[in-house]
Amino acid sequence: MNLKPETTEKIDKLVPRYPTKRSAALPLCHLVQEDQGYLSNEAIEWIAQRLELEPINIQEIVTFYPMLRTEPTGKYHVRVCRTLPCALAGAYQTCHRLEKELNVEVGHTSEDGLVTLEYVECHADCGRAPVVMVGEEEYTDIDPDKAGELAAKMKSGELSDGMPD
Amino acid sequence: MAHEETRLIMKYADEPGYTNDIDCYLKHGGYEELKKAVTMKPEDICAEVMDSGVRGRGGAGFPAGMKWKFLDRKSGKPIYLVCNADESEPGTFKDRQIIHKDPHQLIEGMMIAAYAIQAKLAFIYIRGEFFQGYRILEKAIEEAREKNFLGDNILDSGYSCDIIVHRGAGAYICGEETGLIESLEGFRANPRIKPPYFPAALGLYQCPTIVNNVETLCDVKHVVAMGGKEFAKIGTPGNTGTRTWCVSGHVMKPGYYEFACADITLGELIYDVCGGLKPGRKLKAVIPGGSSSKILRADERFTGKLKDGTEYDWGIEDIPMDFDSLMAVGSMSGSGGVIVMDDSTDMVEALANINYFYAHESCGQCTPCREGVPWMRKITQRMVDGEAREEDADLLNSIADQIAGRTICAFGEAASWPVQSFIAKFKDEFVEKAREQAARRKEGEKTAKETTLI
Ligand SMILES: Cc1cc2nc3c(=O)[nH]c(=O)nc-3n(C[C@H](O)[C@H](O)[C@H](O)COP(=O)(O)O)c2cc1C
Ligand code: SF4
Ligand code: FES
Repeated sequence: MNLKPETTEKIDKLVPRYPTKRSAALPLCHLVQEDQGYLSNEAIEWIAQRLELEPINIQEIVTFYPMLRTEPTGKYHVRVCRTLPCALAGAYQTCHRLEKELNVEVGHTSEDGLVTLEYVECHADCGRAPVVMVGEEEYTDIDPDKAGELAAKMKSGELSDGMPD
Repeated sequence: MAHEETRLIMKYADEPGYTNDIDCYLKHGGYEELKKAVTMKPEDICAEVMDSGVRGRGGAGFPAGMKWKFLDRKSGKPIYLVCNADESEPGTFKDRQIIHKDPHQLIEGMMIAAYAIQAKLAFIYIRGEFFQGYRILEKAIEEAREKNFLGDNILDSGYSCDIIVHRGAGAYICGEETGLIESLEGFRANPRIKPPYFPAALGLYQCPTIVNNVETLCDVKHVVAMGGKEFAKIGTPGNTGTRTWCVSGHVMKPGYYEFACADITLGELIYDVCGGLKPGRKLKAVIPGGSSSKILRADERFTGKLKDGTEYDWGIEDIPMDFDSLMAVGSMSGSGGVIVMDDSTDMVEALANINYFYAHESCGQCTPCREGVPWMRKITQRMVDGEAREEDADLLNSIADQIAGRTICAFGEAASWPVQSFIAKFKDEFVEKAREQAARRKEGEKTAKETTLI
């Protein structure tokens, strides 16, 4: 596994802080996913070995937690909150507009690899609904018109991918 | 008349120029209570928390002092403190504000609580989607460590404790305290059966553990500042302190507002504080405490007797916003998430939306929950898609009845209460939808009406 030196350093610091090695499983999944973009079989085996566990112990976590991925996302990872408060504020219309403008069906990655569009559950900012995330960046009060603007900026490459450097 | 907020937890958070760095916090008197706490006897702090009557802000409203009392101190095993920052109940968004705007308040509250229960190590379990909140907390903890507010030999007291921020990864069930513990141990977040796994006795690593919500732990700081008895004067007996109500849905000014318990009614909150409904709209229903609490219908009357014997006869607008009043009207204050719906809302669609959430989030351990909740989701989805049947309302109700009370954790109730209450209060709409769709089908119209909430 070719992890960035910063990632390895973070992992080495993190594991001994926990009372048991296994407790570091989720944080390691996050760190490796941030490094690699997703969790490949190789990555899962690597994490298991690092924590003296079996690959299945990591596999069962990866399949349980929605934020852990076994496939890479597009350049823009767009998550639209669809739970009741956001829905009352028009989240479904927002998402339909994104689907149309970005030519991608929700739940999928566009053919050109530009966007992955997903529905997610409440992001705990329901007072400023509808909420849309791009990478780790949050956009609030996104009505269909603002969704159109976001989509245009993604297509032109103007929008940040929302990932930390 | 606009109501005055009583801001305790959110006092500085929204003040212009108030930042989340430690210098700003110290300038506003930060960490003075921790300095005071470490000179007190731990049991005296526990006694103050008991006197304060402060009830948990995470959902169930259990008195914090009592929970701390249940800690198994005889086992000799290390004690852990866990801050529940998973905040995933739809409609709730207060913990995020505290973390973003005043992280040191939380850290101070946690360190006081950790000292009071003599925890060996503390964790903040933060939901994975709070990327920025996670970074803010990491930075704040570093700042606090530099000033010796946490770490080894805190403020020369001889007491040492560290905080680890642990990220979840998108599963709502991690908010349930025993699911959270499993997740923290590196497993799937499958809740544990209580008894015997009450965290206070058999929690993290099978050791005595206290799990408290973000807001509850902030309250602990204010209890130490004021003294338990003085804190208990805010609000009403049994409903002490303030609550941060998160209002979302069809109001002009959604947002979070902090009031002393019972200091405001639901009507005042909606109309005076949140600017009322959108123009030309009428109130239809309110979910008062996050999506799992039972829905209230705008034209209901609530009558009965309160704990202290006084009789009440309230319309929805008269309900005082506190733990016991919302319980009295058959719902709960839960996590403080008030979801407002006006007369444009289709109740079948709204329930379909809620069912989708719970069906997605069941951990899958208990058969009634794993099978029943997706079944309810399928029925409401079918109703939205144009194939509603007149018997659907009763069927939904009977499925919900068979889940609640038959599962390992309270998720079973959380998923059943919306269904039971929607059917109890809006059955006419469910039946009407079935009739209308049957008529459309007869006319040869294949498509359902356009939907907006699912
Ligand atoms: C399905 C389910 C989800 C929950 N989600 C949360 C949550 O996101 N945040 C929280 O603080 N408590 C949540 N709780 C309540 C916790 O189990 C626990 O009661 C709480 O963290 C205790 O803290 P408190 O006493 O300070 O309220 C949830 C409970 C259930 C049954
Ligand atoms: S009630 Fe549902 S969420 Fe809770 S343990 Fe059972 S299956 Fe899991
Ligand atoms: S429902 Fe979308 S942020 Fe809460």
